[in-house]
Amino acid sequence: MAAGDIGYWTVPLAVLGGAIRISTPFLFVSLGECITERSGRINLGLEGTLVMGAMSAYGISYLTGSPWLGVLAAGVTGALLGALHAGICSLPRVNDVAVGIALMLFGTGLAFYLGKPLIEPTAARLPAIDFGFWSDIPQVRQALQINALFLIGVALAPVLYWAFKTTRWGLLIRTAGESADAARAMGYSVNLIRLRATMCGGFLAGVGGSFLSLFYPGSWNEGLSSGQGVTAVALVIFARWDPMLCLWASLAFGGAAALGPALQSVGVTAGYHLFNAAPYILTLVIMIITCSPKRTLTGAPAELSITR
Amino acid sequence: MASSRAARPGFRQRHGGTIEYILIPAGALVGALALFGVFVALFGKNPLDLYFYMYQGAFGTWFSWQNTLTKAAPLILTALCTALPAQLGMVIIGGEGALLMGALSATSAALLLQAAPPLVVQIGMVLAGVAGGGLWISLAGGLRHYRGVNETISSLLLVYIALAILNQLVEGVMRDPASLNKPSSREIGAANMIGSIPGTDVHWGFVFGLIAAIASYVLIYHTVFGFAARVAGGNVRAAKLVGLSVGRLIMITCFLAGGAAGLAGMVEVAAVQGRTNANLAAGYGFTGILVAFLARHNPLAIIPVAILLGGISASGGLLQRRLGLPDASVFVLQGMIFVFVLASDALYGRIGFLKGKS
Repeated sequence: MAAGDIGYWTVPLAVLGGAIRISTPFLFVSLGECITERSGRINLGLEGTLVMGAMSAYGISYLTGSPWLGVLAAGVTGALLGALHAGICSLPRVNDVAVGIALMLFGTGLAFYLGKPLIEPTAARLPAIDFGFWSDIPQVRQALQINALFLIGVALAPVLYWAFKTTRWGLLIRTAGESADAARAMGYSVNLIRLRATMCGGFLAGVGGSFLSLFYPGSWNEGLSSGQGVTAVALVIFARWDPMLCLWASLAFGGAAALGPALQSVGVTAGYHLFNAAPYILTLVIMIITCSPKRTLTGAPAELSITR
Repeated sequence: MASSRAARPGFRQRHGGTIEYILIPAGALVGALALFGVFVALFGKNPLDLYFYMYQGAFGTWFSWQNTLTKAAPLILTALCTALPAQLGMVIIGGEGALLMGALSATSAALLLQAAPPLVVQIGMVLAGVAGGGLWISLAGGLRHYRGVNETISSLLLVYIALAILNQLVEGVMRDPASLNKPSSREIGAANMIGSIPGTDVHWGFVFGLIAAIASYVLIYHTVFGFAARVAGGNVRAAKLVGLSVGRLIMITCFLAGGAAGLAGMVEVAAVQGRTNANLAAGYGFTGILVAFLARHNPLAIIPVAILLGGISASGGLLQRRLGLPDASVFVLQGMIFVFVLASDALYGRIGFLKGKS
């Protein structure tokens, strides 16, 4: 048994620590997608954005020695991919789901292409804040090594909630998502609103990707993200397009993803790979429970192609 | 479409639509190739060399042709996995998962039937492969129809679940103790492999693909079932009004779609790998989506498009050796083609000289 003196307590601790560590990319991608989908457009390409963000963050951090510049670069890359998505989707008769799939393939391909030379070198990582200093137990200390990006994400959720509810911009995004005609009647360009919303979404997804390469797991390789971007897009659906629910859902996902490694650390290795699939299975199960063929989902933006 | 507008159709009105369906994707393809040329030029490679080696690696010699057709086989089958449900208006992108499940069940069948004569084993593998992939995509179809779960997202989640199941089994009950670094299942045995078309190195999987594509074409355009599916794809409410069982249509179509991708997995096991391991997740399922979209979900058009994209994949090795491009460059090009093709949707009915007077 590797756990030492605290025995099976390692498991809930590791799940908690994992929930905090692993949830960060889910959180950023889902908050970003929340903005995009509220404006009435879906971007399935965020998987590609996540991987591109991870690659560019690692590259910039390696070149400049500053991980925070890397985070910024990842965000900008994500925003550019978002602009590309929005630009193509604004053409007549172009299906946003299909464009998302295309950009998912394009983004991952481009990241693998450009990231080839980055597999060997080591880049400067994002620092962690040590919230576990009060404890003598190494497992507790490890679980409470929290990255600043996680805290930013946690703070962002209520801010977005508030912004959707009360600000002018929030109202405009929701109007574009509920009724493009109404937004047009008010004299706004729906395409422009959606362009900005998709760029914001891409920016956040890129930042989420930078967390993958700069903090956890903390290096660049091609197996870095396997479906976390897509899972986060699905997460928005059962979070009912509500940023606060996105936060709780992301934490649940992080915990589910940490379960396999946590059990392995106390010697339970059976079904290890199946536990790796836990976030995807969880997503599917929750979608099965919350969806219904009879009605549109409560809270769904009326213009969203995927729920109509 | 241009043809529906004209009172007395002339040549342009009658064929403008068909010409559009060939001209616009072809133009998108050329655009993507040009952009990819610019892209590699930025990295200091000569784009003309690029095009030359791509042609050489894809269609330049008999050897590369065989390579291309071998790669096209799974692409035809996985493209059907997207194209068939598309008739019903569904966007299924989980062909990779169905391929893995098909490979897994085909391998299981082969290992269980080990004692039987090869032909029995092979038939068992085909049936198991189709069933494995078919049930996997039916799951996404059923969730869509009975629970309202979006099939695009669920089918993609199922890819990752299928990969986890595959990894679990090849590291567990199916594991060959001799596979040390890369966990694999036991081999299905040389006698049970499906082999090549005589006189070539192209395996029979290509013929499976041709048959499946032609059968799908007949099913969609020349049977009542296909007609009903297209009606339901056009307007679900109208389909229900005339008494079509939409649920049954969805389940059967998804089973056939997944079965095609499962057959691709069976072919990869029985003609190429000889066993199941994570190597099977080579991205055929994802390239298949692109093939289906490029072919505008027409099963017959899938055949040439799959050969074209099979050629691009086949040329990847040569680009790597001669130009030092990373192996991911093929995916970059595929992504560019996909983006161009989708953006070109905006052009239909807008090209002046195809419209004629109305």
